Amino acid sequence: MSEKESLLSKKNLKLIKDPVNENNPVIVQILGICSALAVTVKMKPAFVMAISLTVVLAASNVVYSLVRNYIPPRIRIIVQLTIIATMVILVDEILKAYVYDVSKQLSVFVGLIITNCILMGRLEAFAMGNKPWPSLLDALGNGAGYSLILIVVSFIRELFGSGTVWGYPVMEKLGVYHTGYVNNGFVALPPFALILVGIIIWVQRSRVRKLIEKQ
Amino acid sequence: MKSFSNTYIFIFSTVMVTIVAILLSFVAEGLRPAQEKNKEVEKKMDILRSVGKAERAGEVKDKDVYIEEEYSRYITGSYVIDTAGKKKEGVDAFTVDLKVELAKPVQERNLPVFVFTADDSTHKYIIPMRGTGLWGPIWGYVSFYEDFNTIYGAIFDHKGETPGLGAEINKNFFQVQFVNKKIFDEKGNFVSIRVLKGGAKPDDIHAVDAISGGTITSVAVQTMMKNCLGNYEYYFKNAKTNQNE
Repeated sequence: MSEKESLLSKKNLKLIKDPVNENNPVIVQILGICSALAVTVKMKPAFVMAISLTVVLAASNVVYSLVRNYIPPRIRIIVQLTIIATMVILVDEILKAYVYDVSKQLSVFVGLIITNCILMGRLEAFAMGNKPWPSLLDALGNGAGYSLILIVVSFIRELFGSGTVWGYPVMEKLGVYHTGYVNNGFVALPPFALILVGIIIWVQRSRVRKLIEKQ
Repeated sequence: MKSFSNTYIFIFSTVMVTIVAILLSFVAEGLRPAQEKNKEVEKKMDILRSVGKAERAGEVKDKDVYIEEEYSRYITGSYVIDTAGKKKEGVDAFTVDLKVELAKPVQERNLPVFVFTADDSTHKYIIPMRGTGLWGPIWGYVSFYEDFNTIYGAIFDHKGETPGLGAEINKNFFQVQFVNKKIFDEKGNFVSIRVLKGGAKPDDIHAVDAISGGTITSVAVQTMMKNCLGNYEYYFKNAKTNQNE
């Protein structure tokens, strides 16, 4: 919970910048890893997932922040879950109605946004004690941080796993298949995403030295 | 921190749940037509794919329009039969829900048949199937030549089989194996198609290879084909006899 105080003392802009970089929910707080591994085979579903999570997070954070003074602390976790679950069902229904193919690819993972730790983490750590505006910024920042990782991971996995970028056959157009190059099936499997996220965490920690724990 | 009475907590919860329930009901009702349209298009696409059509669905700009056009062009008829092989009147084949039908006693089942007319005006007959996989429902469509015995094409899909293993049943490499296999043996007995772990012999016209690591789903495909196509046994046999005459 130490991030809570440090975030509170910073200015509004920092609310957005921090979670994208130094306090990234995925690679620093290691939250929301499950979906980062599962939906990053192709860029398009990863992008929709990122947008969905950001929308759910922003809406939940603002709603929770608006009613924060009326929520009895004893049932606050239940209230958080109800708000998040409502938003998730709304997003799921909208995806099913307007982007059916993508919603089929995302299958259970949209529903599982409910259990994404980033959401309850932000509601409990931020929206509970802050006004709607900073809560919105905080949500957008964290959503952007999550999205950034998903996009980077899915770009690499789609390029080397399927030879495409956003469905466009890059590798085929470059003609690399003639040289004997083949797509790496392992890149398309979840274990590679774990390795990739590990590498990104490594890069991040060597870039931002203060993240390294003192021995 | 403020303290809240139990009464307040009860009222708060009730109001919150009521608001959420009303909101979600309105949204679900409002979006239902669009969602059902998507399901309908998907079903039409599955039917077309079992005869090798709708192959450009991934490229075209407006998929719904493309599928509707292809469907009305190639799927020239449909009818419903019962397990005795007689045609039933007054039932729309497209709206038959196999999940409901398979739960009924055998004699009461409505069994849909879709007729595909190719550009060279030959016919293929498409049979829908539904079964239970490892984690959830699996389904598929098989199309037959006019002998009601030789498979022209087959597609399978699933709700949530294990990715990389059972989920592979919706991949081309698995589905093409079924082409030109036969569901009746030389004596005319119904044998269906077996999905064999360890691989089918190359000359076996009644079996295909199972998916390594996806044994339960593979067996589920075999069971599904046996159960669903078995319902049509009498119809297929009658249709064959009539053609020979």
